[in-house]
Amino acid sequence: MLYLNIIVAGLLTGAVYGLMALGLSVIFGVIRVVNFAHGEMMVLAMYAAYVANRKTGIDPLLFLPAATLLLFLLGYALQRGLINRYIARPDHEQFLLLLAIGTIITASLLMGFGPDARNVQLQYAYDSYEIAGVLLDKVRVLAAAGALIGVAALTLFFRFTRTGKAIRACADNQVGAQVVGLDVKRLYAITFGLGAACVGAAGSLLLLLIDVQPYIAPDYTLLGFIIVILGGLGSMSGALLGGLLVGVSEALSGFIIEPSFKSALSFALLILVLLVRPQGLLGRGA
Amino acid sequence: MRETRRRAVALALFAVVMALLPLFVSTYVVSVLIVVLFAAYFGQAWNIVTGFAGQLSLGHALYVGLGAYASAVLFVRFGLPPWLGMIAGMAIAALVGSLIAALSFRFSVTGVYFALLTIAFNEFTRILFDHFGWVGATSGLFLPVANRIRDDLLMLRGSPLMFYYCLLALSLGALGLSHFLLRRRIGYYWQAIREDQEAAEALGIDVFRYKVAAMALSAAMTAVGGAFLAFYDNNLYPDTVFAIGRSVEIITAPIIGGLGTLFGPILGAFVLTTLGEAMTQVSSGFAIDGLKQWCYGAALLLIVALQPAGLWPWLERRLGLAAGRR
Amino acid sequence: MSATPLLEVEDLSKRFRGLQAVDSVSLTVPKGSIVALIGPNGAGKTTTFNLIAGAIRPDSGRVRLDGADITGLRPDQACHAGIGRTFQLVKPFGALSVLENVTVGALRASADMATARRSAMAILERLGLADKADIPAKSLTLPERKRLETARALATKPKILLLDEVMAGLRPTEIDAMVTTFADLARESGIAILLTEHVMRAVMALAEHIIVLHHGQKICEGTPQQVSRDPAVLECYLGTAAAHA
Repeated sequence: MLYLNIIVAGLLTGAVYGLMALGLSVIFGVIRVVNFAHGEMMVLAMYAAYVANRKTGIDPLLFLPAATLLLFLLGYALQRGLINRYIARPDHEQFLLLLAIGTIITASLLMGFGPDARNVQLQYAYDSYEIAGVLLDKVRVLAAAGALIGVAALTLFFRFTRTGKAIRACADNQVGAQVVGLDVKRLYAITFGLGAACVGAAGSLLLLLIDVQPYIAPDYTLLGFIIVILGGLGSMSGALLGGLLVGVSEALSGFIIEPSFKSALSFALLILVLLVRPQGLLGRGA
Repeated sequence: MRETRRRAVALALFAVVMALLPLFVSTYVVSVLIVVLFAAYFGQAWNIVTGFAGQLSLGHALYVGLGAYASAVLFVRFGLPPWLGMIAGMAIAALVGSLIAALSFRFSVTGVYFALLTIAFNEFTRILFDHFGWVGATSGLFLPVANRIRDDLLMLRGSPLMFYYCLLALSLGALGLSHFLLRRRIGYYWQAIREDQEAAEALGIDVFRYKVAAMALSAAMTAVGGAFLAFYDNNLYPDTVFAIGRSVEIITAPIIGGLGTLFGPILGAFVLTTLGEAMTQVSSGFAIDGLKQWCYGAALLLIVALQPAGLWPWLERRLGLAAGRR
Repeated sequence: MSATPLLEVEDLSKRFRGLQAVDSVSLTVPKGSIVALIGPNGAGKTTTFNLIAGAIRPDSGRVRLDGADITGLRPDQACHAGIGRTFQLVKPFGALSVLENVTVGALRASADMATARRSAMAILERLGLADKADIPAKSLTLPERKRLETARALATKPKILLLDEVMAGLRPTEIDAMVTTFADLARESGIAILLTEHVMRAVMALAEHIIVLHHGQKICEGTPQQVSRDPAVLECYLGTAAAHA
């Protein structure tokens, strides 16, 4: 029963991870740029939610739409203004560019907030539901619900809207897309914006669960990659599945072995997947 | 060729200046220069696998750590001189590097995926060492600091000056090795693989073998630097030695200086360390957390935006040292 | 002249997920001769090349070079066996100089750097690229890149040179120049050449023997005169061959 509680908690956290990773998957899957500043963008959103909470008392859950919009705009601007020139450039240049961006974000946050951990005080922080004998933290349930709604919204967007389909066309065949008249630059900017929006939403939700501090960013960038590769590039359900898996494995390994070991298992999983099934669990075949 | 002669002269000048510098500057500057030389050396070593052979490794701190721990543990537990312990470190690092490369390339894991794989191995090892009791785990491993009046080169116990000259020799040696390799078949083949792997194969190059060799050499060289790091710092913690931040640090200098060039790593090391120190001095006046980092990030951004091929190719042309291409 | 052909391709087949790209293709290239492989787009010419050169593994069939079975060898192994090939979309080592590019090829034949460089330089002279020896390959024009590609493959001292649509994108004067180069090459060094081409002008001028592919199958072979009159060939080309000849 204890294990069940842990697994469920892992699943709930994993849903938020999935939303974060979804952003990464979308960016990498369409634009083929590795967003090494992914974690930093999420932390930025977390701080935005924190500030909003301090100033107005607004619950991060309710701040979610604002965080999403803010990060969308940031992502759009970054892609259009800066990153777009680096799409065809070698991997290491892209890496350095995003590293620089990430460093500036982290440094700005450090300058603004200092290195101490910050969190939001929630009235319902200690509430929990009990369903079929399993104890569910209210905070986790709400966060997971938010995440699933975000994932669903994005999936619907790509499936049913014209822009969404246009973006998918770009991902499949960039030259072809240009030939039929799609404005690839604009679509890429929207895509990056959407990826950033995911991460903004995820950040707002994550603030419900953990404290924020400028230096946690790289861990989440890495986590995002593990999840995306695990679940399969280009697969949105893969990102979610990967997130859930990683959430559970972290929870379990943290409990069974030791808390500091939880990422070790994730890395081992990553190594295994990269070697054995690089397209991931749900990704399109090689 | 005139340019080759000029380059040789410039290099000799550089070596002489660096050798005499400690006589004229404070111990603080010497310690900063040691940081530069470490960065230059690690950058040179990394340049071999990523700059020459074109395989992006983002987890090179792994080899720093392996070299550091191997030599340190052998010294602390068995009294083995670091020059021998270093060899053990090189062997272990070369083995691990070869394994990672062989596994990856066998399974066609390349490009970004390969880079992520190197990060994964790096992090995994860090966590492993965090729990490795015999080498101190998270509490760290400490080298006894002997109270000696003179420098002990054999046991690498001594003043910063001793380390300075060791590292200078190491950096110049790495430069020499890189230069030597680039002019030989292995260097040509590595670059061919980097430029176009398919074309390289069609010309008779066993791509797999050469890529693994690049990784093995790069790892071994990095491990040597790791050993010196251990004996210079006198303490080792998995979370600092194997830190991903260190992996990122290692690659920043060569990229800024010029990936795949001969002098890029050294130039990059000088520029970045000077920048870092200047930032520290400036921001300590303001006492603002993160200002140094902000300027650092901004500098990186500027260089990537304006001179993505690195500063050395640009400087080379200005100084009239460009030998046609490199 | 020896009876065994230099290159023997026997019943080579390759299927790609529902498309039979190459269907039981057999051909031979005698020592020192020039053979052309032609056919409409999608006929399977480049796939056949890739199968011979080791870039793709055949599903069935055999490839023999100078009596040795080289079926399924890796591209680098095939090169050591004596296959030199160029690519349809040229692949220069952009950051390296022209001389360095060819030296990479020459190092296959001799491990000594000085010898390799000399050999490379000689080939550059022969192909008219000697004055560009020290400039980066990425600065070359397309015809120059094509010559560089050929020079590099030649430097490996192959027994047979596989030229993949090497005339594509060239102007008539450039084509004529290349034709002369290859004709001289074959005559002087005794190297065999197997080329795939769309440019009929070059094919008619160079080839002693032509093989025609269509939908992955060999539909005709013979001398240029025989092939250009063959009804099956004319049909599959819909008269294009006649227009270019």
